[in-house]
Amino acid sequence: MSGSILPTILFFLFASLACAGAVGVLLLQRIVYMAGALLVSLAGVAGLFFIAGADFVGLVQLMVYVGGTVVLLAFGVMLTARRSQPGWQVPAGQWAAGLAVGAVLLAVLLWSVLAVPPWRSVWPTVSAEGAPSGGVATVTTGSAYQQEAQPGTIGPLGWALLGVRTDRAIQQDSSQAPLDSSQAQANFSQAPPNRFQARPDSAQTVLDPSQEDARQTGRSGYLLPFEIISVHLVLVLIGAAFLARARIPFPSSPLPAVGEAGLTNGQAG
Amino acid sequence: MLHPVTLAHYLVVGAVLFSCGVLCMVLKRNALGVLMGVELALNGANINWVALSSPALRADPAWSLGLDGQLMALFVIVLAAGEAAVALAIALNYYRLYLSVDVDQASQLKG
Repeated sequence: MSGSILPTILFFLFASLACAGAVGVLLLQRIVYMAGALLVSLAGVAGLFFIAGADFVGLVQLMVYVGGTVVLLAFGVMLTARRSQPGWQVPAGQWAAGLAVGAVLLAVLLWSVLAVPPWRSVWPTVSAEGAPSGGVATVTTGSAYQQEAQPGTIGPLGWALLGVRTDRAIQQDSSQAPLDSSQAQANFSQAPPNRFQARPDSAQTVLDPSQEDARQTGRSGYLLPFEIISVHLVLVLIGAAFLARARIPFPSSPLPAVGEAGLTNGQAG
Repeated sequence: MLHPVTLAHYLVVGAVLFSCGVLCMVLKRNALGVLMGVELALNGANINWVALSSPALRADPAWSLGLDGQLMALFVIVLAAGEAAVALAIALNYYRLYLSVDVDQASQLKG
């Protein structure tokens, strides 16, 4: 019983952390407190990812967002922090109008979200007594996949980024026969040509396995987006370094003359 | 009795984060606050991707996103990191020019 309750309790813990952090980012006024609330919210989202079974995405969320982006934002806050100028606060009328529009947006989103049909499997109740014995297709497959796929999505994600979809091949197996968990683990951890040996019924099409696999599933991996994103990251790195280079000295005198001088420097550079 | 977690729970959390992010983008005058709103909205979308690809939240494994949702979430995280770096560089340059990060003062291109 505790095994079925524990994911729910953890979900509500992390969900409340994420929502409280988001509301804190919205309502707090000082930018440093907002950065702290954003840290709490992103860490809660990472916990939600872990509960949903996306371990690698949760790790990347922790490393890139919590460890990278928030620290970057904190440095930005420290570099641009000044005493609050007059007129910095948003007037109350704009706050009221914004909150009203936001409440309407949230109501529309919740209305459409609650209209989504439940994809509920029988995960917590069946996993107590349900051994993956291969009886009814949806019940045992769901619980077996949930239990066996927890140790790693890293391998299939890596193969998918290299253009090979090991999970799609396994799912085709599971649509024809109940999923054998040890076979699935072997498929997850083996090299890509070996995965086709797990499908004895498609032995005649093994001549061009990648074409056949792509045609059947409609997907053939994410090699091209992976390459595009790596080139994009190089461009972002160069662009950010070019934009943030310290050629213009930080001004110490008030606005207008400094703005003109900075602009001419920026256009010259 | 606690009900087990369904897909709608995750989508509700994503909706709350997205709404807060959009409101941050609209209501903050600090450019870094606007940037935090963008991050919140992207995280709300990411929660939806991961929830729809989760093996624990579906009834039939053949009718879910599988790893596709997680891969899209990874791409979103990477793109958001790049976007934050470039936006922060722009904010620093703006601060150098105007000694402020108030987005209402950035009206030089106004016709």
